[in-house]
Amino acid sequence: MIYFVLRRSIFAVVLLLIVSAFTFWIFSALPSDPAALTCGKNCRPEVIEANRERLGYDKPLVEQYGAYMKGIFTGRTYGEEGSSIHCPAPSLGYSYDRHECVTSLIASTLPVTASIALGAFVLWMGIGVGLGTLAALKRGKWQDRVATAFSVIGVSLPTFFLGLIFIMVFVIWTGLLPFPRYTGITDNPVEWFMALLLPWFVLAIISAATYVRMTRNGILEVMNEEFVRLGIAKGLPRRRLIVRYVLRAALVPIVTIAGLDFAFLLGGALVTESIFNLPGLGKLTLAAVVNSDLPILVATTMVAAVFIVVANTVVDILYGYLDPRVRVK
Amino acid sequence: MTLLSVQDLHVTFGTADGAVRAVQGVSFDVAAGETVAIVGESGSGKSVTANSLLRLNFGADVRIDGRILLDGRDVLAMSEDEVRSVRGRDVAMIFQDPLTALNPFYTVGYQIAEAFAIHHPGTSKKELREIALDSLQKVGIPEPTKRIDQYPHEFSGGMRQRIVIAIALVNSPKLLIADEPTTALDVTVQAQILELIAQMQAEHGSAVILITHDLGVVAEITERVMVMYAGRVVESASVADAFSTPTHPYTRGLLKSVKSLDTERHERLESIPGIPPSLINLPSGCPFHPRCGFAETLAGRCEREVPELRLVGASRSACHLPEDRLLGLLGGLS
Repeated sequence: MIYFVLRRSIFAVVLLLIVSAFTFWIFSALPSDPAALTCGKNCRPEVIEANRERLGYDKPLVEQYGAYMKGIFTGRTYGEEGSSIHCPAPSLGYSYDRHECVTSLIASTLPVTASIALGAFVLWMGIGVGLGTLAALKRGKWQDRVATAFSVIGVSLPTFFLGLIFIMVFVIWTGLLPFPRYTGITDNPVEWFMALLLPWFVLAIISAATYVRMTRNGILEVMNEEFVRLGIAKGLPRRRLIVRYVLRAALVPIVTIAGLDFAFLLGGALVTESIFNLPGLGKLTLAAVVNSDLPILVATTMVAAVFIVVANTVVDILYGYLDPRVRVK
Repeated sequence: MTLLSVQDLHVTFGTADGAVRAVQGVSFDVAAGETVAIVGESGSGKSVTANSLLRLNFGADVRIDGRILLDGRDVLAMSEDEVRSVRGRDVAMIFQDPLTALNPFYTVGYQIAEAFAIHHPGTSKKELREIALDSLQKVGIPEPTKRIDQYPHEFSGGMRQRIVIAIALVNSPKLLIADEPTTALDVTVQAQILELIAQMQAEHGSAVILITHDLGVVAEITERVMVMYAGRVVESASVADAFSTPTHPYTRGLLKSVKSLDTERHERLESIPGIPPSLINLPSGCPFHPRCGFAETLAGRCEREVPELRLVGASRSACHLPEDRLLGLLGGLS
């Protein structure tokens, strides 16, 4: 088991190295000149060249990548004494547009995105698995139809549309909630909760739709399994049969997909964060796209990749615990 | 003493294509400790009959009529809770495919212990483990103390069927229903499993209903045989009678289509022409008449009347042919 975890971890590190190199290369291949973006429209060529040298954009790409990777572990100082800028480790570069170290930008936005992702995840798993189970157990009855209708609507609604409707209904028309303004959970938990309630539900409803169908179909499929029939023939009470035999088997594949979906969301919920004005990774990314802030884009892309790779590894390891058939001894 | 009495059982499945009449008017008794085989092709209603005994027929639209008296209590009239207390305790089942019959997420020890614990609440964990160990040993699993904590996928097909048998017998049921218990197994393992069932039966005194399409299995361990065709019992006889003097053309066909040691080397095996009828669109009269070589000799009677079971020699047969011809069936198409 330790060997398995170790092997998976090494694989994950290699994968991340490849992803980082690729990301770095792609963004450097863009036609925009990062040095020219460091100062405004009427910039003198001398300043551009000075900045190019200071930020290291004059070096060959491989060297730039090397300096970047080194910076992650040791921190990085741009420029000579006097006018130098220092970004401590782990340094993910320096944003010439915002004049801030990228790491501190990410450190301030990640908790916001994590708050959104975590709450949405809990809600969507609850709604998705709960409704899906109900639909399967009441197959063909009205509960099933309601769940199916929910999932069709959820799948077909775009995030921005549902988000705007929510704001219109709950904030503008009824005034049940204040307009979302993000507050840190440590500053004011109640305000934090109120601000995130709508984005949680928007993301949850849209994601849950898929999980309702997956859960429903998974359960119905497992119910036809011979071992479930043997469970009934043993005289198992219905509740125990559903939990230990049916749900246990039906949820394994769902857990796998849920882990990846969660990691994807951790990379930033671009649309939702923008609509609800939440200063998370997604909003940071979107602003960086608009301003051609390449260091931020490289960093957010890599952060998202780290989450996906880590989630993949965790899910793989978790799978062994959930299903004895793939357990490694 | 009669343990089980099935009276005029009808099972119908509603489907989009129409009503599937899987079982029509099946009646039979099983005495305590007796072994009865139900034989027939796929779709003859043998498994549906077996499943009905524990109300295990699922599906959107199932209709079960008739009476299934177990120790005088009608299973079909029981509440859901009452049926559940019968399942696994009074009547246990062994399924066809041991590879899929065990829950892949729990150890075999857990699954055996669970079968006991359901009907004996309050049994301590230690006792349950002892019981599971004992069961594994009895069904011939080597190294039970090690194997008890293993998962089903770590066992071979034959071993898994032994575990399924251990689960079925842990409560010493009065009736054991074995639905094609050897069909999915290697030939070499089949005999071992049959022997185990016979041995366990002797030990627990359970009656056994063995569902199979394998006449070799029937000859091996049962005393009485019921032959089913298209949802009806067409012949019911002792195994000795059924093999020596079959009293129904279908039984005769089944016997003729099996090779035995007596078959001459160059003798061709006979087969029953045609295919089993659709249960949605059954032929009129005797359901077997379109495939029966004797039907023409009775001037259309087979197409009009459904034959009832009647006494022919020592057996019971549902055929319109006169008794003397039925008793001489093996002689050939006379």
